[in-house]
Amino acid sequence: MKRRDFIKSVAIGLGGLLIPADKSDASLWETFFQKYFREMTPEEKKNIAKRLEKEYKEKTGVSINIKTNEALPGVKYGYGLDLSRCIGCRRCVYACVTENNLSRKPQVQYITVLEFKNGEKWVSDLEESKKYYKHDEVPAPGHFYMPVQCQQCDNPPCVKVCPTKATWKEPDGIVVVDYNWCIGCRYCMAACPYGARKFNWAEPTVPPEQFNPNTHYLGNRPKFNGHVEKCTFCIQRTRENPGRYPACVEICPVGARKFGNLLDPESEISQCIEKKRVFRLKEELNTNPSFYYFFSL
Amino acid sequence: MTAAFIIDLIRHITRGNKLYYAWLSVLGLVIAAGAAAYFGQADKGLIVTNMRDQVSWGFYISNFTFLVGVAAAAVMLVIPSYIYHFKPIKEIVLFGEMIAVMAVTMCIMLVVADMGKPMYAWHIMMHPNFPSSLLVWDVIVLNGYLVINLSAVSYVLYRAAHGKEYKMSIMWPIVLLSIPWAFSIHTVTAFLYNGLSSRPFWNASIVAPRFIASALCSGPALMILVFQIARKVSEVEISNEAIQKIAELIAYAMGLNLFLYAAEIFKEFYSRSIHLAPMEYLFFGLSKDGTLHNVLVPFTWIALICNVTAFVIFLMPGLRHKFTTMNVACVMVLIGVYIEKGMGLIIPGFIPDTLGEIYDYLPSATELIVTAGIWAVGALIYTLMIKTAIPIYKGELSLVPKEQRRKIPAH
Repeated sequence: MKRRDFIKSVAIGLGGLLIPADKSDASLWETFFQKYFREMTPEEKKNIAKRLEKEYKEKTGVSINIKTNEALPGVKYGYGLDLSRCIGCRRCVYACVTENNLSRKPQVQYITVLEFKNGEKWVSDLEESKKYYKHDEVPAPGHFYMPVQCQQCDNPPCVKVCPTKATWKEPDGIVVVDYNWCIGCRYCMAACPYGARKFNWAEPTVPPEQFNPNTHYLGNRPKFNGHVEKCTFCIQRTRENPGRYPACVEICPVGARKFGNLLDPESEISQCIEKKRVFRLKEELNTNPSFYYFFSL
Repeated sequence: MTAAFIIDLIRHITRGNKLYYAWLSVLGLVIAAGAAAYFGQADKGLIVTNMRDQVSWGFYISNFTFLVGVAAAAVMLVIPSYIYHFKPIKEIVLFGEMIAVMAVTMCIMLVVADMGKPMYAWHIMMHPNFPSSLLVWDVIVLNGYLVINLSAVSYVLYRAAHGKEYKMSIMWPIVLLSIPWAFSIHTVTAFLYNGLSSRPFWNASIVAPRFIASALCSGPALMILVFQIARKVSEVEISNEAIQKIAELIAYAMGLNLFLYAAEIFKEFYSRSIHLAPMEYLFFGLSKDGTLHNVLVPFTWIALICNVTAFVIFLMPGLRHKFTTMNVACVMVLIGVYIEKGMGLIIPGFIPDTLGEIYDYLPSATELIVTAGIWAVGALIYTLMIKTAIPIYKGELSLVPKEQRRKIPAH
């Protein structure tokens, strides 16, 4: 018996005991034995996507599209955030929730906007940050704001620690998660210095009529209980050709968010890096983020 | 022959006095409650725990960490027994190895309880992120340690059931392997936290040495207590000399543990860098936005007081040699290390979180009940192992045909 077959037969036994029986038998086995995404042929990827689309349709009556397209050649995404402009309105937070089909209850949000008092320590010590600020109007006088989300590190600690290789860095620089391959150990959450990884502590809920039907397997497809997810620079938008901006960039009312191809010297992000004095968050940790903060004023 | 042995074994396990039945019933009830709570958690998700994105590991991983220490401590008996042939300990080393088996089994259960999708744990075997992920290392060393100790126990008992002493030629490789392996389970588990630069509280080189030092306190302390109970309620013979030797070892280990702890406290409080925050949270609480967050403070002080008092007791021969004071000290070591190497190590790693938020964590009812259930499973495993081992040693349970057995003098 091959090692793989043996493991499979053991898993069948355990799976029978542990998987909730609210799915049809065939779909249940297919879900349980679904291969690791990076091992699938393009054909297999398509079939899995079709199955997941069908499952969502059966569950909610809503048709969605799950793409599995690969990274575009010659592209490495970079992100810029202009701290002089950000007013802390959190429109990006909610645009992200809607675009990426994040659970409304319990709430999952990829972007955290931190508020700091002018003059207080902040860059290397975030202990003075305020996450749950509440004002009638922003920006609050005497305060400034720093949104934080996945920094798409070139040296990602989360990828290093994952025991199953369920999270990895794509050729275009996006760190992604195969939700079906993740076992929910949350080691990556302990390893991430930016609080960017979010766990589904319960079955996520998104009203089907609000579900964004344009999805990617590695991004905003339907998610479930017990796995980790994270910002993917809106992989379902940015990998289109021509690509679209991530939802947070598009919504920002003050143009604080910049996005583009780091490999193209003429792109907006490359120009920002070239012309502004940029810094990256927690540079002392050598994570080497693709996410640049700068001041335009 | 084997069939007869199994029937005999069942007879021995199911027979006992009222106290034994009461003990089994209590364990059974706690296990049932734990199982029910776990199925609730499996159904609703880890939302029924008090863990959240800010503090993403909690009571399960705290207990896991403490028990890795207990498991590693069997080596404290193995070294004097097999290598230095210290006779009084040689006789009880088997019971120490059984504690290791029990503790590792509980460790594995606790990790499974903590996982979001435990039924997919086999993914680790399909695509292990080795050698990069310390979690893969931990899976390997813990399961290896379980196999090593199970083989040692089974082999010794198998020989005993044939009325023979174990052969050192077979035991020797197992022993030689088990000693570094015991240190490895602790070192690897320490590195699991230690390697994360995102968490300054863990990212200190002293973590692994402190892990070992405190493990060499808690494991033996648990053994001393269990051995005394075992010899009271059963006919197993464990000499006072052996127990005293273990107590002496705890004194050294606790001295080292407190020294390393002091080194850590000095460095953090004297330099007062931004990385002081977790330590301050442990000892005094942290203020943020007008709220004082101090849920762990009483536990930290209880642990410190217990460890220091126990150290003084173990250090003074007069107090150490008296069983009452020694037992009090053992209980204190267990409380002290349980807090220090459990919640006191895991939770402050997440406080403040990487974006500066302070989320006060204490376990939920589900976490407490599931963990209690796992402890009860451990206690049950140990009880059954002792119930099997003692009659084998006494010759009452044997693989040798009845007519060939040596006569055992009646009590």
